[in-house]
Amino acid sequence: MSGKPAIAPPSGGADPRDVVNAHAPFPIGRLILWAVTAVIVVDFGLIVARNENFGWPVVAAYFFDRTVLNGLSVSLGLTVVAMVIGTALGLVLAIARLSKDTLASSSASLFIWFFRGTPLLVQLIFWYNLSTLFPQISLAIPFGPTLASWETNAVITPVTAAIVGLALNEAAYMAEIIRGGLLSVDRGQAETAEAFGMTKGRALRRIIIPQAMRSIVPPTGNQLISMIKATSLVSVIAMADLLYSVQSIYNRTFEIIPMLLVAVLWYLLITSILNVGQSYIEAYYSRGERRDGAAAPLPAAQEASH
Amino acid sequence: MTAAAATTPLVKARDIHKSFDHLEVLKGIDLDVMPGEVVVILGPSGSGKSTFLRCINHLEAINKGFIEVDGEQIGYRMRNGRLQKLTGNGIARQRRKIGMVFQQFNLYPHMTALENVIEAPIGVHGMNRRDATTEALELLDRVGLSDKAASYPRQLSGGQQQRVAIARALAIKPKLMLFDEPTSALDPELVGEVLTTMRDLARQGLTMIVVTHEIGFAREAADRVVFMDGGKIVEMGRPEEVMDNPRHPRTQAFLARFL
Repeated sequence: MSGKPAIAPPSGGADPRDVVNAHAPFPIGRLILWAVTAVIVVDFGLIVARNENFGWPVVAAYFFDRTVLNGLSVSLGLTVVAMVIGTALGLVLAIARLSKDTLASSSASLFIWFFRGTPLLVQLIFWYNLSTLFPQISLAIPFGPTLASWETNAVITPVTAAIVGLALNEAAYMAEIIRGGLLSVDRGQAETAEAFGMTKGRALRRIIIPQAMRSIVPPTGNQLISMIKATSLVSVIAMADLLYSVQSIYNRTFEIIPMLLVAVLWYLLITSILNVGQSYIEAYYSRGERRDGAAAPLPAAQEASH
Repeated sequence: MTAAAATTPLVKARDIHKSFDHLEVLKGIDLDVMPGEVVVILGPSGSGKSTFLRCINHLEAINKGFIEVDGEQIGYRMRNGRLQKLTGNGIARQRRKIGMVFQQFNLYPHMTALENVIEAPIGVHGMNRRDATTEALELLDRVGLSDKAASYPRQLSGGQQQRVAIARALAIKPKLMLFDEPTSALDPELVGEVLTTMRDLARQGLTMIVVTHEIGFAREAADRVVFMDGGKIVEMGRPEEVMDNPRHPRTQAFLARFL
């Protein structure tokens, strides 16, 4: 760098201080860092690829195995169902917690306190063993007649235990995320909706929630990814999810690491797809945020003004 | 401006008291506003003028007295001879004939200008989308923003945002328009365009209650000027009376600052 003249020669009589003529210095340090990193990555890649203990051929053979794919669909199905129920219940809890009604806000707080305060794994095992606590589940009027009754073991299968456990736990977390989102919306927005004669429900749906989504979506994406991984916990209650499926295979074949790699790669693949989806959703809810952004297309009714 | 013909007031406020915790902000306000009348409320900060305006559409609940708009008591109803508080939906229904423009514009930032204007007509007043859009475009044209229909609030200047907010309030065809310091959040060079729009509305016979610091607007557009101080109305009358010959020392002191 020292060999170059300090100031570029003036071209066409221009002032040499004109920033148009500026060069960036050669990024030697950065290039070295890149090279070193590349060498380490390639080396690590070769180590992983050449280590036979990873059992890549086994990974490839079982990647699309029927048992694995069934487990994957169970994991995904559980995630979707638990997330949908959890989010819906979380929204109700969030609104209840923000309510001025003491009964609503304290019940919501109690729910959140309990389900956030105990480990998910314990909750799952608890739901699975509910029959020990209540052998019968009945629908009845308090202190009055029983309307219907079921054997707990018939109702709480591994599937229902998993859904109830995951969804209730998720609801507690989503409630706090949604509550934070609702609080992030400018108070003037609710007031404006109110002044225009909107009902509370409509104001929430049309004005408050769409704006709250901007701060709700990123942590919800996080929750969704956590949820996919949390479904692996249901393997302890004999639910045939992705982890349980690969376990059932390696219990037979003893290919523990390759089968775990199958699960790991599938989990990574799913979460990567979700990340892409999340960025699209975030872009949607931040419309109207950018000053320079293109205006929305006009509806067809508009044509006379131009 | 044709207030002479009408006999029943559109807005009737009697002995309005309002406290926040232990701070009494309104100490007995009486005001009638006739249909078509433009009333400008002036007064120093903290005089309670914005609070009073917000009581008219029940954004603030009053502690004493009553307010009627278009013959209906705001926030309450008479049932079997007893006064009963209205529920949220009941109040929402009463607000449908009152338009409001806020100091901070409060446009819905996730909707375009056009969507902002058609939201209440469709969602609250049950208009179909096509009619609402046609009317909204006319309104945007009336406030000089027909070319901004597809813009989001963030892409508009403060003055443009406030004019969209005025169009939005007009879209519900209000019997009464409330303006809460509509120009106070604007850069000085943008105040004029909003005031021009408001002057046009005043001329077209819309009933307006305007809380503002714009003395010039009060002088030109108001049928009546109300001067508030310390939670009370201290003086009221035609603009030239109140502004050129203020009788109350508080009014005199306030107006002296604008000379």
